[in-house]
Amino acid sequence: MSASAEAATRRANDSDSEVGLWVFLASEVMFFGLLFYGYTIMRLSHPQAFAQASAHTDVLLGSINCCLLFTSSLTMALAARGLRIGACRASLRLLAATWVLGFLFLAVKCYEYHEDIDHHLVPWGRFAFHGSLAAGERLFFFLYFVMTGAHAMHLIVGLGIIAVMLVGVARGKYTEDNCEAVELAALYWALVDTVWIFLYPILYLVHRP
Amino acid sequence: MSHATEALLALPVAATSYANRVDGLFWALTGVCGFVTIGITLTIAYFCFRYRKGTRVDRKLPDLAAGKKRSREIEAVWIAVPFAFFLVFFGWGARLYYDYDDPPRNALEIFVTAKQWMWKVEHLNGRREINELHVPVDRPIKLVMTSQDVIHDFYVPAFREKRDVLPGRDTTLWFQPTVTGAYPLRCDEFCGTGHSMMIGTVYVMSQDAYGRWLASGSTAPTLVRLGFERFRELGCSGCHGPGSTLHAPSLAGLYGRMVPLTGGSFVRFDDGYIRDKILEPAKQIPAGYANDMPSFKGRISESDLLELTAYIRSLADTSPDVPQGNHLR
Amino acid sequence: MSSSIIDPSAAPVLETESNYLTHGYSLWSWLTTTDHKRIALLYAVTITAFFFMGGAAATLMRIELISPTPLIMSAETYNKLFTAHGVIMVWFFLIPSIPATLGNFLIPMMIGAKDVALPRINLLSWYVFALGGCFVIATLIAGGIDTGWTFYTPYSTRFSQTTVVCGVAGVFVTGFSSIMTGLNFIVTVHRLRAPGLTWFKLPLFVWAIYATSIILVLATPVLAMTLVLLAMQRVFGIGIFDATLGGDPLLFQHMFWFYSHPAVYIMVLPAMGVASEVITCFARKPVFGYRTMAYAIAAIAAFGFMVWGHHMFVAGQSLYASLVFSFLSYVVAIPSAIKVFNWTATLYKGSITFEAPMLYALGFVGLFLIGGLTGLYLASLGMDADLSRTYFVVAHFHYIMVGGSVMAYFAGIHFWWPKITGRMYSESWARLGAIVIFVGFNLTFFPQFILGIEGMPRRYFEYAPQFQFLNVLSSAGASILAAGYVLPLVYLTWSALHGARATDNPWGAKGLEWQTRSPPPVENFDVPPRIPQRPYDYDPDAEEKAGR
Repeated sequence: MSASAEAATRRANDSDSEVGLWVFLASEVMFFGLLFYGYTIMRLSHPQAFAQASAHTDVLLGSINCCLLFTSSLTMALAARGLRIGACRASLRLLAATWVLGFLFLAVKCYEYHEDIDHHLVPWGRFAFHGSLAAGERLFFFLYFVMTGAHAMHLIVGLGIIAVMLVGVARGKYTEDNCEAVELAALYWALVDTVWIFLYPILYLVHRP
Repeated sequence: MSHATEALLALPVAATSYANRVDGLFWALTGVCGFVTIGITLTIAYFCFRYRKGTRVDRKLPDLAAGKKRSREIEAVWIAVPFAFFLVFFGWGARLYYDYDDPPRNALEIFVTAKQWMWKVEHLNGRREINELHVPVDRPIKLVMTSQDVIHDFYVPAFREKRDVLPGRDTTLWFQPTVTGAYPLRCDEFCGTGHSMMIGTVYVMSQDAYGRWLASGSTAPTLVRLGFERFRELGCSGCHGPGSTLHAPSLAGLYGRMVPLTGGSFVRFDDGYIRDKILEPAKQIPAGYANDMPSFKGRISESDLLELTAYIRSLADTSPDVPQGNHLR
Repeated sequence: MSSSIIDPSAAPVLETESNYLTHGYSLWSWLTTTDHKRIALLYAVTITAFFFMGGAAATLMRIELISPTPLIMSAETYNKLFTAHGVIMVWFFLIPSIPATLGNFLIPMMIGAKDVALPRINLLSWYVFALGGCFVIATLIAGGIDTGWTFYTPYSTRFSQTTVVCGVAGVFVTGFSSIMTGLNFIVTVHRLRAPGLTWFKLPLFVWAIYATSIILVLATPVLAMTLVLLAMQRVFGIGIFDATLGGDPLLFQHMFWFYSHPAVYIMVLPAMGVASEVITCFARKPVFGYRTMAYAIAAIAAFGFMVWGHHMFVAGQSLYASLVFSFLSYVVAIPSAIKVFNWTATLYKGSITFEAPMLYALGFVGLFLIGGLTGLYLASLGMDADLSRTYFVVAHFHYIMVGGSVMAYFAGIHFWWPKITGRMYSESWARLGAIVIFVGFNLTFFPQFILGIEGMPRRYFEYAPQFQFLNVLSSAGASILAAGYVLPLVYLTWSALHGARATDNPWGAKGLEWQTRSPPPVENFDVPPRIPQRPYDYDPDAEEKAGR
């Protein structure tokens, strides 16, 4: 088998993974979709409680995280593109930047969780709210933790994948002829990013003037 | 064997006019489905026999293009014909369900509380019973049902009706019995260990007998009277009473009306709204009032709620000026 | 016929030729295999074990129900048994049954591929499935759960005293196996079809598995997340399904049925695929209306996502939602009706023989017909308000899932058995098995329609004495059915060990999988298969004249 035929075969195999990843992303959309559906129904039945509770989330930290994650999306996309056009060193740096930005997002998120715990915003255990809206506020923070938790878990997986890509690119395993893995990682990272685009307004920006 | 034939053939007694209508639909469905089942089975059997291997019959298939056209035509028929039947059955079933969605206004209200594993029934005059329900014949009866724990389901086969009984909200079921007698009542939503023992009897009595039955046990205070007492005990009258200086609406004459809310929408002042207001007062604030009312969630039982609701409902015909409670005397 | 099946001269040749079964004999070689055919067998063994576990639970229930009063167990035990029966049969037998065994074995072969697109993920899916199974067995050892397979809140979250979280975890984990299997099939069908094998040349079985895979991939994550929320509510006492905490118990039912209604089509679409293969082969005729059959599969999969609310007509759902769901339920019945008519029409002018797979497949059509028609009762709002949650419903979905899916699964197992094992089973025993199962099934479940019409609710441990006659009849039928299910276990096991050698294509079938050896070589085809001009290229007239 000639080298070009081999490359063609490999590309064909790589595309299997690409189709697979798109199917997987569809599955992920349904997974998060259910949470958004639950959020919608609960917010419709407790509109005021959700508005008031969301005022207690830390919009500054949330916004910082937005910046971090959106920037990381850019660096990730550039990294994949860079590898495709043969700029391996630039791609390596961009991947590293993506990893660091993702990690910073997690660090900020951990700090935010820490603050939430300090302010008794965890709905199980001693809860800060006692007024007549407490039930709805409890549900808001329950969903807040479930949704950001599920998102963070996907992000951690993403960090693992990017780490593998980093090592691969550094060792010359992924090159311009073999860059599909990095491109798929970028696709996955875009999902993590997209979910956050939806989480940010519904958790941080409800009823903020 | 007579026992057996009875078991094989008998639909339960149809004790309401609605049940008769359901039975009409049932027999229509059974007729059509039975015909289709037998028809297709016989067709399959006939083809299997006639075209079994080795018989001398014509097996020539039409050529491809002609065959395609022919099969399209045939398929169009057996898409259209079932669809027409389906539309009829959809419409028929939907009509029944739709007609019986809204209870008539003059329906006699009876309150049902389900709990693991019993049915508690409370009549308007305060008479209570457990696992039994006495109702008069030829009068529309509306059951207002709620559960204290898990989901149950109120099912009377003789009425061909059932409705889930949910915790935290009221559901209603109505029927108009036409035949006196005793009919089994069953729980039809799995509710735990005693599910199959959560059974009772519905007694449909002549109107006179029902009147006597109701009066005979009515030493207990009426539901409205009990509700009035709760209204005072729980402190509702402190704010909603006529002499109150606090800024809270009087409830007289409100029941059944549309109430404007903060934010411009309207809500009907009905049983559901009363329940919400007592348990989660902050959810819907009437226009012009502050969010001052405390929640009674966890402090008030389902039967208290029923009694309070009955009392507030009884205020529907009073004017705001009459001291509350007076109309009870 | 039998002389053409058993070909003694072929035996010594086969024994020296390597195939996927002789490729390695160690346990390790099986547990680390990425061969789709071996993974199919791993699944087959696992789900057979679960089938008999679920069947044992059913047997005990049917014994108990002989008497209207307690006979051999307590109400708690009974409730745990029907929960175990439901959970095991739905998630650990029916959902993986045809897709994960026959689908895994056949999809790559039917499209002329060496393996599925993602073989390692395929193996992983079996391990995840087995892990989920371990959770369920752990739940059973810990005493079982008593919520019913539907896990309705608030009973499952606050009132049940049993190990609900462990059981839910089992179903949750198994879900990922479903997703991986579905994903694999979608990619495989898209990417690995042999050159020239276009979509409308694919066997209907491939269409069915493809549609099923889409449902698996899109519906299963919804169930997974719902169960997570349920478990959190049970553990932390907070969640969106609890009315006393501001949540809504109906929300759980919406989410659960959003998965669980499409799950019915996960179970029955592959069965329809099997029936199309078997009926065409033994009628020696191309399937009637191939394109319509393919579109019907797609339509069932699509509309199947829009009818979940018909499980909640009496649950307090809004009137208008119910009207829409009722209408859509009738709409989804149309493609199912088309399929039954087209199978019937396929027999017309055929040259029909009645080997065991055909008997099972004809049984499938008859029972699916009854199951489908009784679904019309339950889709009708007024009728459902009487019949829902009674034994009528139990009978209806058993006609679909057992009469339909299990019959078709058996049809498929018998049809492809020579290909899978390279051996034949005893035809007369297999025919007997098909007839015993058909008779036993009808005796068991037809009386349950009448029980439901007479007003006996499901999940009843004790019942009114008037229902005893029909219950005894049903239990008697169940004993026949149980014997019917043991029969194939016995003769197929015997066949696997001692059966006569099968030829490559004992039925003269036209699918690509029959062009290779029995059992197939590791890479499925020694020479690339010929792609036929059209699927099911049978010609009964020519075969009759040639004196097949």
